[in-house]
Amino acid sequence: MNTELTGVIFTYLLTLTIAIPLGIYIARMFRGDKTWLDFMAPLERFIFRFSGIDTKKEMNWKQHMFALLTINSVWLFYAFFCLLFQAHLPLNPDGNPNQTPDLAFNTAISFLVNCNLQDYSGESGATYFTQHFVIMFLQFVSAATGIAALFILFKAFRDKVTDKLGNFWDFFVKSITRILLPLSVVMAIILAFNGTPTSYKGKDSFITLQGDTTHVSRGPAAAMIAIKHLGTNGGGWFGANSAHPLENPNYLTNTVELVAQTIIPIALVFALGIYLKKKKFAYVMFGVMTLGMLMLLIPTMNAEINGSPAIARMGISQPTGAMEGKEVRFGPANTAYWNIITTIISTGSVNSMHDSAMPVSGFMMMMAMMTNCFYGGCGVGILNFYVFIIIAVFISGLMVGRTPEFFGRKIEAREMKIASIIALLHPFIILVGTAVSSYILVHMPNAGWAVKPSAWLNNPGFHGFSEMLYQYTSSAANNGSGFEGLGDNNIFWNVSAGFVLLLGRFLPIIGPVAIAGILAGKKFIPESAGTLKSDTSTFGIMVFAVILIVAALSFFPALTLGPIAEHFSLK
Amino acid sequence: MKTYLLPSLKLTIILLVILAGIYPLAIAAVGKLTPGHGDGQTIQYKGRTVGYANIGQKFTKDEYFWSRPSAVDYHADGSGGSNKGPSNPDYLKDVESRIQDFMKRNAGVTRAQIPVELVTASGSGLDPDLSPAGAKIQVARIARARNMSAEQINKIVDLQIENPLLGMFGPAKVNVLRLNVALDQLKSKN
Repeated sequence: MNTELTGVIFTYLLTLTIAIPLGIYIARMFRGDKTWLDFMAPLERFIFRFSGIDTKKEMNWKQHMFALLTINSVWLFYAFFCLLFQAHLPLNPDGNPNQTPDLAFNTAISFLVNCNLQDYSGESGATYFTQHFVIMFLQFVSAATGIAALFILFKAFRDKVTDKLGNFWDFFVKSITRILLPLSVVMAIILAFNGTPTSYKGKDSFITLQGDTTHVSRGPAAAMIAIKHLGTNGGGWFGANSAHPLENPNYLTNTVELVAQTIIPIALVFALGIYLKKKKFAYVMFGVMTLGMLMLLIPTMNAEINGSPAIARMGISQPTGAMEGKEVRFGPANTAYWNIITTIISTGSVNSMHDSAMPVSGFMMMMAMMTNCFYGGCGVGILNFYVFIIIAVFISGLMVGRTPEFFGRKIEAREMKIASIIALLHPFIILVGTAVSSYILVHMPNAGWAVKPSAWLNNPGFHGFSEMLYQYTSSAANNGSGFEGLGDNNIFWNVSAGFVLLLGRFLPIIGPVAIAGILAGKKFIPESAGTLKSDTSTFGIMVFAVILIVAALSFFPALTLGPIAEHFSLK
Repeated sequence: MKTYLLPSLKLTIILLVILAGIYPLAIAAVGKLTPGHGDGQTIQYKGRTVGYANIGQKFTKDEYFWSRPSAVDYHADGSGGSNKGPSNPDYLKDVESRIQDFMKRNAGVTRAQIPVELVTASGSGLDPDLSPAGAKIQVARIARARNMSAEQINKIVDLQIENPLLGMFGPAKVNVLRLNVALDQLKSKN
């Protein structure tokens, strides 16, 4: 077996080795048991005292959502205005300009919703101040928002509950002080020792070995790159994201970044099983997610390792697979693994340019974001998965003639309506967005925007269509990766994607929390012979089928016009 | 509204101080202890900085190992790939013309010997590395340009090959800048 494949397997095994103990730790921490991070308690007390928060006050699901939406609105306004006036704020050694209003709108939302779509490049479009005080700050708090929302679900799933589901501020702050911040410190130090810059010095210039003058952008990037991955955010310090040799200097840092973005989503699955004492259910969930991941990963690795058929026809050798848009230090196998991990997990950081990937890979990456629940983002992955569980419970209940129940509560029309709306919202916003942009491209090619519609696409034909489809898919899934050839820094894309981002974030949080809150208020029915068991592999297959039918099939017509058609045109 | 808004504002302020102020400053302090002191690791030759170890640079002269094609022409105050799709006809023409150029300037090399990374642009546009094959294929040209034996240059390449992580994980590679500095050092010794 070659070193590239062993590298991928090693990375995945390392991920599990860290994620499982982390899951146990999260469950213990959340239950209030003693953990070795209890030394953070004084800091937390200080934060709560300063903010005037009483964490003993328990909230029902609506109060949770009020708190979540209020603080998120504060961040949105704060971020928007900072970006709009960044040139006048401190820490701008490279003298970068203000963001335009539409770009600031898109950027603020994009980081608020944990998406990290970037219509600018970090070297020239942001300052050290906005990189830290807007972008990195939002990377922490948006990830913590997702985890806190999931914790509400944890509380609501317990056997005996009232409408008291804990305190939002408590969940939120502890997600930062007990999970995200300590891990970020460790990871940032690893990155720093491998060559990622940490100092606040601006651009450097020097004369190269053969005598050209050149400039290098730098900056305190290591701190941000750590949380960028741990929080499944994905927005990079530099334009090329983790393909940039300062952002991801070598194979070791690449492994660390891959592991970092995967551990919290996987850990949360195990934490759920341990906290609710439903380990078998967590295994089923993990099994379904892993199966989905493998089905996306294997074709992608195969396509990238075998290289481009069009280039093979030119007669040159591709021992290192398809290399356009890839870095030598990572190689095709690892890059393919990253492509899939970053799209299933909603990170959206890239270590290669997805636009140049093989059509099969493009298909798999879009599919990963269209399903958006195989592991999924920090907290929100399980929320998405939960929607599919509710639908699966309902359908299988109907199939076998049993009352649909989940964790001892009846699922009725109201919950089903919410679940269906959330499940259908995702294809709706993606497909409508792509349809509108395609229409504008054809009928208004010369609209006077910063980038004219006729210049939007970097590639002709099927691939150009994929660029637009990918952009909305990435926005709706709050992923943030892109087919970066798309000329997206103009009012149409900044604003339309901005709205898709908002819808794709907050409704899929509110929906599942509402379902869980409503269910928690219902009478608990102990398990009997008539209960549909949710911790069996049969149920796992059922959930998988629902994901395939609801999420995947609704996109097939659009995918046919993009990557599928391109694949067959390449042969 | 006051129940949520006031705590939200205060919590935002205190978290800004901790997460965006103290945390990166602490990392910057640790960064001072790293090999590049947190400014990025540079490579010195003949008493001057000739580049950053991790940032690829442009080499066009025959006597140097060339780096990969770059969509940003190795201007490291920006970064990015070509974002050309695999079926784009203009892109395929570019690749073909790179192949032609390479064969013209590397007499004796056949099409089937050219490793793909030498005719495709990297993701960052700043890729500092080549595969060992990507370096070896250039040895004959450099030997001619420098009036040295191919054997001598091959020896330098072999010394510069960085093995996979722990010998087990990931691809082997060669850093182009280090390789070229090693070449120049050899010349100044002779």
